[in-house]
Amino acid sequence: MNYSEEQTREILLQVEKSLQSHLIQKNINNPIIIGIRTGGAWIADYLSQSVKTEGNVSYLNISFYRDDFSKVGVNPKVEPSSMPHSIDDKHVILVDDVLHTGRTTRAALNEIFDYGRPLSVTLVVLVERNGRELPISADIVGEKIELDIDKNIKLEGPKPLILKIINT
Amino acid sequence: MGEEDKKQDADLEIDSKKIISQKDLRHFIDIEYLSKDLVIDILDLAESFAGVSGQPVKKVPLLRGKTIVNLFFESSTRTRTTFELAAKRLSADILNINVDYSATKKGESLLDTLKNLEAMHCDMFIVRHPSSGAAKFISENVSPDISVINAGDGRHSHPTQAMLDVFTIRKYFNNFKNIKVAIVGDILHSRVARSLIHALRILEVPEIRLVAPKTLMPVDIEDMGVKTYVNMDLGISDCNVVIMLRLQNERMNSSFIPDIHEYYKLYGFSPERLEMLSPDGIVMHPGPVNRGVEMSSEVADCERSVILQQVSNGIAVRMAILSLSMQP
Repeated sequence: MNYSEEQTREILLQVEKSLQSHLIQKNINNPIIIGIRTGGAWIADYLSQSVKTEGNVSYLNISFYRDDFSKVGVNPKVEPSSMPHSIDDKHVILVDDVLHTGRTTRAALNEIFDYGRPLSVTLVVLVERNGRELPISADIVGEKIELDIDKNIKLEGPKPLILKIINT
Repeated sequence: MGEEDKKQDADLEIDSKKIISQKDLRHFIDIEYLSKDLVIDILDLAESFAGVSGQPVKKVPLLRGKTIVNLFFESSTRTRTTFELAAKRLSADILNINVDYSATKKGESLLDTLKNLEAMHCDMFIVRHPSSGAAKFISENVSPDISVINAGDGRHSHPTQAMLDVFTIRKYFNNFKNIKVAIVGDILHSRVARSLIHALRILEVPEIRLVAPKTLMPVDIEDMGVKTYVNMDLGISDCNVVIMLRLQNERMNSSFIPDIHEYYKLYGFSPERLEMLSPDGIVMHPGPVNRGVEMSSEVADCERSVILQQVSNGIAVRMAILSLSMQP
């Protein structure tokens, strides 16, 4: 099954709504929003339009924190991280497109802590799929799906944003 | 020029005519065999690494657990320390071996030194050597899982310096489409100039000029696609980038210039010469600068001089080269 542009937008709206009530419930004001390049960065841009955040969106390129460098090497074409605001004693909203093995989130957390010590980190993902390899779970999830091991789901964008299921 | 020098130049000429396009880095020995895509990849990756120096924790864990050896058979401050910092910012362990103090002085052969280092499970050798071809020789004699980086070999090549120079140029001009670059000074003895000409050609810089007295200009260098000038004022006129080279006294075994003052008058970068550049023109120098010989202090310290940015950029560029060489 594939997602249309409309269906992707509905999932995005769901994420936006859940995040807003989560922030109210946890009494989090002016968080720092950080998108993981590239898919998470697009979603962070979208969420920053409705969520009141501290400054502009920050972006992480987790390439240098991956655990598979000795297997796959480094991709020179990903834009560098851009973290213009101090995250010390701030609430951080970490945004990614898909939560799969949990390794990207692990790498992102490690990188975040090289920039400072946040008060909290809330993990927001558009899609959560089966296949976790690390003890990581998301706080806000737009859609949960079960996929065969030879299938992947990825977000294409930035305009329009469309979720696509592909064979690996 | 001595017989040995002539032979060396002949060898290099043959080398540069080989048409090989290297698509990935195992060893980083020469620039001329790299494809344009690979050169751009190195520059792009260096751009990503440049941010690491601005992080509160100036380190990424990419090469954690790797052991890199700085194997220097010739003195160096900038190159050795920036390689060391690059390795440390990638979380690798680095060993500095200065050959003046090592076993080769006690009669151990180069290959024995290498075998001993291999036995210590090192992953990479960064080699600086006074003989041309030393890094290549080492790369051909180490076990296949070890990478070798050339940090300067004799008069032949200094590829990481050339990469940081083109990185610095791209920082100022974004691309290489419409720029004129002049390299001024002791071209004959300069490994930096050789590597730089190759890098600029690969990146398709439209105009590369070399400015030097006849005694310091290699014969037939125009074959490399450059224009040569004996008159500095004409050579730097309207250039966007001027790269000054150091007078290499330690590599001169006969008299190439009449005297230092005369040299400064004819080929030194004086403040008046700044006016001759294009209005956006920048001045570079690979260091160390002989103030008052190839360049006045006023020019070395002026706003258009990017000598210190070159040093900072050297760390990011070397991080990119180390990681691309270490990847599978």
